Amino acid sequence: MNDRIEKRIELKAPVSRVWRALTDYREFGEWFGVKLDGPFVPGKAARGQVTHPGYEHLKWEVVVQHIEAERLFSFTWHPFAVDPNKDYSAETPTLVEFRLKEIPNGCLLQLTESGFDKIPAARRSEAFGMNEGGWTAQMKNIQSHVTANA
Amino acid sequence: MFAALGDETRLLLVARLAQGMPCSLSQLTEGSRLTRQAIAKHLRVLAEAGIVQSARSGRESLFKFDPKPLEKMKDQLDLWSEQWDQTLARLKAFVENEDPK
Repeated sequence: MNDRIEKRIELKAPVSRVWRALTDYREFGEWFGVKLDGPFVPGKAARGQVTHPGYEHLKWEVVVQHIEAERLFSFTWHPFAVDPNKDYSAETPTLVEFRLKEIPNGCLLQLTESGFDKIPAARRSEAFGMNEGGWTAQMKNIQSHVTANA
Repeated sequence: MFAALGDETRLLLVARLAQGMPCSLSQLTEGSRLTRQAIAKHLRVLAEAGIVQSARSGRESLFKFDPKPLEKMKDQLDLWSEQWDQTLARLKAFVENEDPK
């Protein structure tokens, strides 16, 4: 078992296009499912409101780490921070990194999320239960988004 | 939980308890170069992570392995991983299905 998540995905779009989708806060919000208050700034928090149906009451917050043009975008956050009445700020956040690389047909995106070992076990299982429903809702959302834009 | 397992002594303790037989502190200290106190401290870390449970039996506590938190953790990471797959699929659709400008 690993304490990090690693993903690689090839995108048939120029690196510059993917970079914009990642780092322009309005574009990011569209595919991620969050309405952000303002642009991403390194070292600063980015806040917004979740837009998944049924989860619109949830706030969304990350702290931007690195923005290295067309190469690396990273932030820390508290994954599964789904209880609006709970203060997660004392917990060690996980680090999410998006790395881009040019390839013949477009762009290779590598995603890494690390630091799960620092999340208290009790909170993990509780958050897990709450997120299961959230994810089902999100899947439906993706489906309708993709179909609507097809 | 990874931190709890990220120690050789604790991994050995878990490996021993994972054989299924609950053990007392004395049994776990036997054959180890560590003191009772040191073993007890490691067991506390494992108990806090939920990997080991203790139950009183007469004058001693018996420690046993609980696989559930590890299984749960794996399920969670799988779910999380799946969540990223879906999120990235949305990004893919977003950047690839756009009308050329």
